[in-house]
Amino acid sequence: MTILLSVLIGLGLFFIIGYSARAGLRVTAPAQYKPTFRDMPLTASFGLTVIVFYIVIAIFAQAIAPFGEGEVMGHQFLPWGSPYYLGTDKLGRDMLTRVIYGARNTVGIAFATTALAFFLGSVLGIWAALGGGWIDQILSRFIDALMAIPELIFSLLLLTIFGTSVLTLILVIACVASTRIYRLARSVAQGIVVTDYIEAARLRGEGNWRLIWREILPNAMAPLVTEFGLRFCFVFLSISALSFLGLGIKPPTADWGSMVRENATLITFGDVTPLLPAGAIALLTVAVNFVVDWLLYRASGLKE
Amino acid sequence: MNRIWRIIGQRLLLGVLTLFIISVVIFGATELLPGDLASQLLGQSATKETLDALREQLGLNLPAPIRYWNWLTGFLQGDFGTSMATKKPISELVGARLVNTLFLSLYAAALAVPISLTLGVLAALWRNSIFDRASNAVALTAISFPEFFVAYILILWLSQSGFFPSMVRITEATTTLNLLYMAFLPALALTLVVTAHMMRMTRAAIINVLASPYIEMSLLKGMSPMRVVLRHAVPNALAPIINVVAVNLAYLITGVVVVEVVFVYPGLGQLMIDAVTNRDIAVVQTIALLFASAYVLLNLIADVLSTITNPRLMHGR
Repeated sequence: MTILLSVLIGLGLFFIIGYSARAGLRVTAPAQYKPTFRDMPLTASFGLTVIVFYIVIAIFAQAIAPFGEGEVMGHQFLPWGSPYYLGTDKLGRDMLTRVIYGARNTVGIAFATTALAFFLGSVLGIWAALGGGWIDQILSRFIDALMAIPELIFSLLLLTIFGTSVLTLILVIACVASTRIYRLARSVAQGIVVTDYIEAARLRGEGNWRLIWREILPNAMAPLVTEFGLRFCFVFLSISALSFLGLGIKPPTADWGSMVRENATLITFGDVTPLLPAGAIALLTVAVNFVVDWLLYRASGLKE
Repeated sequence: MNRIWRIIGQRLLLGVLTLFIISVVIFGATELLPGDLASQLLGQSATKETLDALREQLGLNLPAPIRYWNWLTGFLQGDFGTSMATKKPISELVGARLVNTLFLSLYAAALAVPISLTLGVLAALWRNSIFDRASNAVALTAISFPEFFVAYILILWLSQSGFFPSMVRITEATTTLNLLYMAFLPALALTLVVTAHMMRMTRAAIINVLASPYIEMSLLKGMSPMRVVLRHAVPNALAPIINVVAVNLAYLITGVVVVEVVFVYPGLGQLMIDAVTNRDIAVVQTIALLFASAYVLLNLIADVLSTITNPRLMHGR
């Protein structure tokens, strides 16, 4: 019954947020972008609102959170109530504060990892497409072999070897994720490398680095941006999964994955508090997926 | 007929080659360790003599290619070496757990494949209807949920109300029926995670085929839409569907790791997480190679199956 009720409330909120965000965007957007927002599906406007909401919380975490990040406030596992609105965790820290700081830590680390993976993957991919010949062959076959190992298993193997800390976590996940980006960037760049303006730039005497940075990358941006969204979801979920397994971001840093693990015992008593951080992860991933879905749809629609 | 065997033979060779490269990567990864296993095991205070003795005992004084060869041949004969943390032979640790993990994956697959194929066909049949849009939104949402979120919601919902147990304890006395009952929640959690993706891809594959002229022809001659989809669209969309199913089954094999931890299921995933926490590299290597082989094998089977379903390759001119 409660499940049904919460699904209904969720759906209601979804429609309200979706409609009002779309209406708001339509009114405030500059004239040339208005048609874009008019045809926007509800899912996309909902997704955009949620993403903006998360960014605001992550930036102003310190101002919004009622207590300090690692501050031990009172008794353990207090129920929801006035000073601690979402109760306290197993060490007596305020849950609401930790959830808010989690937005900064978890999302920040996931974003940094995705950005690093993107830099690595796209530069290597474009370089392989540009160089061609044996450089391309060696790099591509090597990355094919790496891609044949399941992602989670490969990251677990690397984490065993290099130990588990936030820095190794970022590096390991970025390397694993960059293999997929490499593939995409290479195939997109191969189409661009054969065009006339690249030939002209080469004849002008532009170096490889400048070719990648100034000529190819701006033209390969559209597919890469949607891929960025998808990869972000993937990286975010794998970091959360690893933190949940106790191998990722470690306490006392507030992080959604490890918060679920720490307080999981509450679930067996029918308390939903440990599900809130997990829900926060799910909501952000859903929002990004909704927006990416819309972008993909628009990209395929515009081509016809 | 000759041609098809040649293609399958090529694929098999490629699969073996991939497995070989993977084993090299997994083995080579340990070579990146600062120091070696002996110095890690004995710690800072070890003398040079004890280090040498342990290296001799573990065979670490041999050059890397020879150690690789010993490791690989041992692996193929079922001798995985000994665990550093528990000092037990790894084959003993892995044996029963491998069976448990395979059972859970197959259980989830048996639930997920029929459900997602049916939903995918229906969504393609009634495309752009309310059903299609709702199932698309639900599928996108389900893809975005972390596995542990789905698993805990199931525990909160189905286990709190007393329908199913939230923990799996397998003993000698556990019957298959009992096991099916106990493992239902983990299998359901895995099913929910993979169904969405399979359903979306099935729908896309069928809709792709529905754009062809022969579909329009069969509609014009008065066939019912259901019959058109089942008789004409599905057989021609089989190759991509088989691939999607295989990719998702391969995903199941690794997805079990998180779900096993949530439900305290005695499988390979749990063992691997424990080994990573203890930095028990020999166990991690073994399980990684096992998982990777299953992954490659499934992709290989999908490749071969989708080649067989293509009549142009099957009956070559």
